[in-house]
Amino acid sequence: MKLTRRQALSFSTGAIAFTLAGMRIGPAFANAEDTSAAVQAFSGGAEPQSGMMTLKAPEIAENGNTVPVSVSVESPMTADDYVESVAIYAEGNPNPEVVVFNFTPMSGEASATTRMRLAKTQNVVAVAKTSTGKVYIDKREVKVTIGGCGG
Amino acid sequence: MATAKPRVKVPKSASAGEVITIKTLISHNMESGQRKDKEGNVIPRNIINKFECFFNGTPVFSCDIDPAISANPYFEFTAKVMEAGTFRFVWTGDDGKVYDTEKKIALD
Repeated sequence: MKLTRRQALSFSTGAIAFTLAGMRIGPAFANAEDTSAAVQAFSGGAEPQSGMMTLKAPEIAENGNTVPVSVSVESPMTADDYVESVAIYAEGNPNPEVVVFNFTPMSGEASATTRMRLAKTQNVVAVAKTSTGKVYIDKREVKVTIGGCGG
Repeated sequence: MATAKPRVKVPKSASAGEVITIKTLISHNMESGQRKDKEGNVIPRNIINKFECFFNGTPVFSCDIDPAISANPYFEFTAKVMEAGTFRFVWTGDDGKVYDTEKKIALD
């Protein structure tokens, strides 16, 4: 099928309008802005660095009800320099907050694993805060086949 | 959910200074407060909102939990063992219920 320029334009405008309308319906989901606001509040405004923390999550999650996630931060975990807490946020869930792990020097390593719910395909963000005031961030996109928030 | 049964896996013994992995699971349906029943009424939120782990009374690890954690919340974390003692695990629910369990660890 050959499209004239006019047809192509009207088609794409329609597609955009449809996408926009689609975003308005349904429950109010958190978005990237809510998440970055939550990250800001958690980090206290410090500039997050990447590289020191690894967030592990599956690329494709078949069931959004139980998605395994794990975080680990490189840290000596001594009384002077340890990871205080790691927060996980999901950009596309009704509320971005997922969990906050609080570590102590007795933890030995700053790593933890849990299972979370994801409503749809979205970015998962982890933010770590150390006792020396450093903030680390890592992000993964998880594709979800069946959402996990019930109906 | 009638009873929430906590299950915890801790090694029986460790050498001093060793970092051990602890796995915990508690059966709880973690009602998110997002679901609706057949009449369209929102089912009220009822989740475990806090989990804590202590070793001989000192906090080791804790987490603040939101409804985005799956039913039957599972946590895996580490602890550095310097002496023999007892790990205590405490889960607190929205409904005020507290579930706890203890595990002993010996030194090699």
